[in-house]
Amino acid sequence: MTPQEIAQLINEKFPSEVIDIKEFRDQVSVTVKKEKIIELIKYLHDTPELYFDHLADLCGADYHGKKDIRFEVVYNLFSIKHGHMIRIKAQVSEDDCKIDSVVSIWAGANWHERECYDMYGISFTGHPDLRRILMPEDWEGYPLRKDYPLKSDLGEKEWKGYKQVVEVSEKNKAYEVR
Amino acid sequence: MAVIKDLKTKEITINMGPQHPATHGVLRLMLELDGETVVKCTPYIGYLHRGTEKLGENKTYATALPLTDRLDYVSSMSNNIGFCVAVEKLLSIKVPERAQYIRTIMAELTRIANHIVWIATHALDIGAMTVFLYSMRDREWILDLYEMTCGARLTVSYPRIGGVRCDVTREFMESCYQFTEEFPEKILQYETLIDKNRIWLQRTVGIGIISPEDAINWGLTGPTLRGSGVPYDVRKFAPYDAYDKVDFEVPIGKNCDVYDRYRCRMDEFRQSVKIIRQCLEKMPEGLVLAPEAPGYDMPAVPPKKPAAPPPKTAEGEAPPPPPPPPPPEETGPVFNELYVATEVPKGELGFYFISDGTGKPYRMRLRAPSFVHAGVLPKLCEGSLVADVIANIGTIDIVLGECDR
Repeated sequence: MTPQEIAQLINEKFPSEVIDIKEFRDQVSVTVKKEKIIELIKYLHDTPELYFDHLADLCGADYHGKKDIRFEVVYNLFSIKHGHMIRIKAQVSEDDCKIDSVVSIWAGANWHERECYDMYGISFTGHPDLRRILMPEDWEGYPLRKDYPLKSDLGEKEWKGYKQVVEVSEKNKAYEVR
Repeated sequence: MAVIKDLKTKEITINMGPQHPATHGVLRLMLELDGETVVKCTPYIGYLHRGTEKLGENKTYATALPLTDRLDYVSSMSNNIGFCVAVEKLLSIKVPERAQYIRTIMAELTRIANHIVWIATHALDIGAMTVFLYSMRDREWILDLYEMTCGARLTVSYPRIGGVRCDVTREFMESCYQFTEEFPEKILQYETLIDKNRIWLQRTVGIGIISPEDAINWGLTGPTLRGSGVPYDVRKFAPYDAYDKVDFEVPIGKNCDVYDRYRCRMDEFRQSVKIIRQCLEKMPEGLVLAPEAPGYDMPAVPPKKPAAPPPKTAEGEAPPPPPPPPPPEETGPVFNELYVATEVPKGELGFYFISDGTGKPYRMRLRAPSFVHAGVLPKLCEGSLVADVIANIGTIDIVLGECDR
């Protein structure tokens, strides 16, 4: 099935949920509301003629100051049986920064969702083990948000793990070979 | 004298890694053990996190290329090619045919080099020392071939957006052809050492079983998935470079265990040699870099459209007053996005770009196969013996540089 036809099917099945359908270089992305995301994903996963069994990727995106609704959770889906793909984007606002977890549908979504939480602070309702994954557990802030600086001097507010490293390196300077 | 039933038993928690010779990098596992059986396994990753995605957002597409070398450092060429294929699709650049063939050769050489490192370390973990020495000897030839082409041996950055950096030499072609002649015998040497070895069979057959349905559900890709009998290969499903012009097969396993995944990778050696041979024979002459390929200083802002020339008026007539300028548009930039996957030796490497029309990606997302594969470890290890944890870490073929990004 072509991606356009799949997008059409989704639009017919969930007319109130679909916000926008956009095509770029033969790939179609469907922007949807987040409320019925589980139902929609289940439909894509279970319908025999669609059968999106492979969750290729799940990630977040931040449109800080560029769009009204700040975050998006992006699902890149692929069907190994049929060889077609589609992209679903669920809008998540900053005030209500949570969305339903899809771990019950794809077990592999577990770590992707943990990473999305770690990097953007979007929490996933119903996730079995929502913790930070790449950053230290006591890290503050969400690094991939657009208002998070690439590099800055935080001084006293610096993460304590980093301060320890600096302290040790200061202490060891006396032993440096010149 | 104490009676056995009076002895107290309890589950113990042991910490494996992050500095452990068999974890292939800085992977840390917390294992809860009941005797020799693993009750619970929790992986901790992130010790090698360098923020590649954040860095990528602050560099132009062309200067972000060397970041991809540092992901999976044993198959850096494949990562480069994956990145270039994705950006080329985004910018719709057509790659010259010669460059496509060169990249296919390089990708397959990398696949062989990666599987060599994999078989070396996997066999070493399980206890077969000799394979390590034999395979490292053969990897040297591939690194020499890289050096001959671009001067670098490990982090190559040889492909470019729109082709490759420089043409290959006659010397390279001859050496590469010689390699395809001699390497099949070397595969036989590895197989002689372990294929029918009783200890190897006891450590791998029937260990780490994951059914085809589960393997797809967990998002496994590459030989780790194909060992479970699912013939999913991006090279066949969405061909890029010259993969649609060469003839090859996708080896699959059937028993879904560590041994079948090992057999898959051994068969991939032979298929890679076959692909390289065909590419060497079919490679045409011509350019190796597309003329429209972008330079390092890609435009940081989208080019402005030139203002329309004022309408000509008949002579003598007074020109009409210019219309008031339209109000500045309130809408933001147009966002386009693209997800492009390539088959790297470890599985499906996906790049997801959100572009806002400037020279820098608005969002650069890396779908790393090692990250997904490390997530399946609890599923493979729980219920098995401690010794099999080592076999399971080896069989999913992870590199923590790619896992942590």
